[in-house]
Amino acid sequence: MKPRLTVPNIVAALVVAGLLLLPLYSALSGNIFILTLFTRIVILALAAASLNLIMGYGGMMSFGHAAYLGIGGYAVGILAQEGFGSGFLQFPVALAASAIYALVIGALSLRTRGVYFIMITLAFAQMAYYVASGLARYGGDDGLTIYKRSDFLGLINLSDRVQFYYLCLACLLAVVWLIWRIINSRFGLVVQGLRSNEQRMQAIGFPAKRYKLVCFVIAGTMCGLAGALLANNTDFVSPAMMYWTRSGDLMVMVILGGMGSLFGPVIGAVVYLVLEEFLSQLTEYWALIMGPLLLLIVLFGRGGIVGLLGRLSRG
Amino acid sequence: MAEPLLRVKDLVRRFGGIVATDNVSLDVAQGELHAIIGPNGAGKTTLISQLTGHLAPNAGSIFLGGRDITAMPAHRRSALGLARSFQITSLLLDFTAADNVALAAQAHDGHSFRFFGDARKEPGLRASAQAALGRVGLADRANVLVSKLSHGEQRQLELAVALATKPQLLLLDEPMAGLGITESARMVKLLLELRKEVTIVLVEHDMEAVFALADRISVLVYGRVIASGAPAEIRQNEEVKRAYLGDQHVVTRQGAEHG
Repeated sequence: MKPRLTVPNIVAALVVAGLLLLPLYSALSGNIFILTLFTRIVILALAAASLNLIMGYGGMMSFGHAAYLGIGGYAVGILAQEGFGSGFLQFPVALAASAIYALVIGALSLRTRGVYFIMITLAFAQMAYYVASGLARYGGDDGLTIYKRSDFLGLINLSDRVQFYYLCLACLLAVVWLIWRIINSRFGLVVQGLRSNEQRMQAIGFPAKRYKLVCFVIAGTMCGLAGALLANNTDFVSPAMMYWTRSGDLMVMVILGGMGSLFGPVIGAVVYLVLEEFLSQLTEYWALIMGPLLLLIVLFGRGGIVGLLGRLSRG
Repeated sequence: MAEPLLRVKDLVRRFGGIVATDNVSLDVAQGELHAIIGPNGAGKTTLISQLTGHLAPNAGSIFLGGRDITAMPAHRRSALGLARSFQITSLLLDFTAADNVALAAQAHDGHSFRFFGDARKEPGLRASAQAALGRVGLADRANVLVSKLSHGEQRQLELAVALATKPQLLLLDEPMAGLGITESARMVKLLLELRKEVTIVLVEHDMEAVFALADRISVLVYGRVIASGAPAEIRQNEEVKRAYLGDQHVVTRQGAEHG
């Protein structure tokens, strides 16, 4: 697939360029805050991109995606607490734990569809939330402070703001690239076919559940990576990372940016979190402005921001 | 007669108090075109759905090439060479015609847990897709989104998708439904070609088409097979005539001519 010069593609390229140059701006202007803000945005954009793989391309409306943020985060936090500070251990464990959780949850939830699928993924995520709240040894409700960020043997220093930012951005771009490859692969076409018409796909010979489950596990693992990064970003993990409202935030980012478009979730995450930051400085009732704004985009911009841009370019 | 390709034995399917499939037994020989006709609500689609595995029977059994497939899921039946077209067109609307057919070819080319190469650029899959599209006369519509195809073209594409799975047995559920006269004629011509290569079970309302195509006809009424035989026998069959005259106002032209 050759990328064409459409408005959505140009905007995507501009967003990536902006993200790449952000530390430069931050250094020149002395605005450290913006780098902190955007580190968080980049991490949550990664989470949103992974959700888009199952929600946008796979048609699986998971309302429990934040659980992986928590699992990835707790993997880092618990290992750090127990004295295992190496990122070479923490990150693989975070990914593996997320993958295993996704496999179990997916195998159970994918027996259902529609509203039931939404509810069961939500229920499992809430279970994960309460389990984390009950981990008395690791702070329970209050969460767990991480005193030292993941150690990568001096290859990269996560306590350095700029290095950490670029690590997060590299992870985001790598994941988006991977998703791009996946959606155009044989596997990706099957998954998108299942979204479109599952009965037809079974009739031509595809065992539907197997493909959906693997897709579910891939997305969960990707989001586990976001969780591990997020824990390092805040030096703290708490059950709140996987509360259902966080899952809702991720869904909003995906829908806002454009479900089933490659860069949609990234754009959605940037717009949503920048707006949230900006509006919450104006008024504490920022949600009153945010809500109608989201409604407008969902009502009039089918396909989210990317959909709107696409129509703009076609005139 | 040799072992039939498809053997249905005492198949029963109930929906609540209604017996939609009532002890149906049916043999389809290799190479024949076997038509199933019957008034509306006779249970034709219910029968097809049980053959493809989309619906489980309450009793009875189904054999494909001597192998019991009664409890086999749909995707495995497809692997054994069973393909179907849907009565209500059931394609991937947001995919192109070529993508729809290529996916069918892909389904029968090993597993699809391949995450990297661009599947739309695989020459093998594209060639099979193009070949199947050519067979049904859609070669020049390959890159059109299915949602933009006409109804007739979608019905042709249904056939191409089924063909791309290299079936032994093709189950066609009303391929003429909703087609105009010219389109119907083209479809009949196409089926005449196809029947030389593949065994076909055809469910159809268009009697003219059925009598033009079928080697054997089974008549389904209220879930039961009331007659089964060559077209000439079916035309003469009193019970069939009564069923059609009694339950439906449609008297086919052939039925009237020969009745």
